[in-house]
Amino acid sequence: MRRVLKRREIVADDWRHFGEEPAAHEAQGLIVALAELRANPQTWSAYRGNLGLRIGLADKIEDLAFDLARFALIAVEFPAPGEGRGYTQGRLLRGRYHFAGELRAVGAAVKRDLIFALARCGFDAFEVAPGEDLEECARALGRYTVAYQPGAPDSLSLRQRYSA
Amino acid sequence: MYRYDDIDQTLVAERVNEFRDQTRRFLAGELSEDEFRPLRLRNGLYIQRHAPMLRIAIPYGLLSAVQLRKLGDIAQRYDRGYGHFTTRQNLQLNWPALASVPDLLAELATVQMHAIQTSGNCVRNVTADHLAGVAPDELDDPRPYCEIIRQWATLHPEFTYLPRKFKIAVTGSPADRAASEVHDVGLHMRRDAEGNIGFEVLAGGGLGRAPAIGHVIRDFLPLEDLLSYLEAILRVYNRYGRRDNIHKARIKVLVKSLGAAQFAAEVEAEWQAARADAPQLPQAEVERVRAFFKPPPYESLPDIDAAAEREPEFRAWYRYNTRSHRVPGYRAVVVSLKAHGRPPGDMTSAQMAALATLAEQMSFGLIRVAHDQNLLLADVRQQDLYATWLALRRQELATANIGMLTDMIACPGLDFCGLANAGTISVARDIQKRFDDLDYLYDLGEIEIKMSGCMNACGHHHVGHIGILGVEKHGEEWYQITLGGSVNGYTALGEVIGPSVPQQAVPATIERIIEVYRERRDAGERLIDTYRRIGLAPFKERVYASRAEAA
Repeated sequence: MRRVLKRREIVADDWRHFGEEPAAHEAQGLIVALAELRANPQTWSAYRGNLGLRIGLADKIEDLAFDLARFALIAVEFPAPGEGRGYTQGRLLRGRYHFAGELRAVGAAVKRDLIFALARCGFDAFEVAPGEDLEECARALGRYTVAYQPGAPDSLSLRQRYSA
Repeated sequence: MYRYDDIDQTLVAERVNEFRDQTRRFLAGELSEDEFRPLRLRNGLYIQRHAPMLRIAIPYGLLSAVQLRKLGDIAQRYDRGYGHFTTRQNLQLNWPALASVPDLLAELATVQMHAIQTSGNCVRNVTADHLAGVAPDELDDPRPYCEIIRQWATLHPEFTYLPRKFKIAVTGSPADRAASEVHDVGLHMRRDAEGNIGFEVLAGGGLGRAPAIGHVIRDFLPLEDLLSYLEAILRVYNRYGRRDNIHKARIKVLVKSLGAAQFAAEVEAEWQAARADAPQLPQAEVERVRAFFKPPPYESLPDIDAAAEREPEFRAWYRYNTRSHRVPGYRAVVVSLKAHGRPPGDMTSAQMAALATLAEQMSFGLIRVAHDQNLLLADVRQQDLYATWLALRRQELATANIGMLTDMIACPGLDFCGLANAGTISVARDIQKRFDDLDYLYDLGEIEIKMSGCMNACGHHHVGHIGILGVEKHGEEWYQITLGGSVNGYTALGEVIGPSVPQQAVPATIERIIEVYRERRDAGERLIDTYRRIGLAPFKERVYASRAEAA
């Protein structure tokens, strides 16, 4: 059973990705890639379960053309060290599109070294790379107690230079 | 200068702790080289030819005497007793042991210094005019805004991993001594009709492969919008800059592919859309930072002729190595790191310690780093110039060659840098040897030679009057020569003069270029002026007239 870091807690994941084998326990939600949603719109508009959206690096948030409130979760990809587009996607989803559900970072690069900056961009859930230590990732949320830029989430309770 | 408060100090301390943990994990085998690379690069650490190279940030080139003394001390204890000042106004150490770098960084933090974002694909050290605050031609001091940008860019979460490095320069003077037009973003201070401070914004400049001159994308950006607008530029770049090819990843490629007007429109659209949640710069913060850059307590002094009745050697130094100052009775002194026989930009620990003391005695305890790899004492009383010269001369920091041919810019090259294709230090030495006579150099007048050991152009070769680029040819070090590059208010990229030449032929090639200049110059013309008048052809013809002989 996969465990994830969610709102500072290490918990059993109650989501599964489309195409993944169902876990032993009943997952509460299904994460579906944007391409799949677009390929089979009827199927997914009829889907009555809890739906999560997974967007790719090149997907423009502006062009999603979905009511984001329909999704309880949006997953953003961090496939490799040095790939930085997902940070902006997170900021846009939270700041401009007011997405209030779970914002989840997924991919092989999701490790403790990224967690703090991701949290500052609005990510509140981390499906970490295989083998990465979740306890260390949770600790990384407290790595900095100060920030120069305004706009940090309240949950990090940072001392900031000035507010937005 | 700016002094850390508790927020600044805490941030640097927490960054040291983070990096200590990352280094420990790498050394323990918990992080692969591929994983550690982007983490260490974000903190200025390259793994180089012989040892790690650590690049220490010197924000907009401003140092206190205490900091310079500490740098000398660190270079002595962690390295081999010298450091190398760079075109980004930073300091590089070439030999620290990886395991000791966290301790070194902790020591830097005790003097309010760090190595944050001095390399890697992030916003780099913000640079400024080295005469900021003292130049007579300046509109206003750019450094408070550099500091505001520095803080905004430091660990900016959204721009953690940009497509490529990102360099910003700010200048408050039309002379543009900061090479701002060949930066990813250049900011030129302006005033509007009401006298409010703002910025002309350029984007898409940059050296390296396919060098480009920045385009004006906004004529006047009000100060309060500085950060929100920069954030819009960075966001557009982070989203749409190429990541598939490292050679096409700089913002200049995006600006070129969209066209400057379309790029400006994208930034404008993003800026407008983001206004609700973008950072606004509070006036109180501007005032807080500006207060750190108030002019020092100058005395009320008359201008004097400090060179009168002094020996010729001092008079030459006065003429070439000092600059006029906006305050009567003072001059700015260039500390030459271009002594013949020394790698350009290198400084020993002993020299750093001595200069720190001299700065305390003569220049309000402050030192500046210029992008052309010299240092500056910006506020020396004219009556103290002679004593300052004597003290600098004792340290071999008074070579009176500033602006002359041997005041070369050179990156560390193949001797130290893992990226380089060819050496620079030995070429610089050979050129210094060939042009060792100062009177001859004075006759040649202002000539800027800029040399890089590879396409990354740390040595700014594209904008040298004479540019020298090291290339590798069948395992040998060859050099491509360009002519006609310039910055300083007239930005132009040099033209390649012809096929590259082998290392031993570089000084002779320079000599042939100089011959043509001497034969063809009009009265008062600098090399760059003659080149602009007569073009490349006469130089090319001479250089390649008998290549075998040149080689």
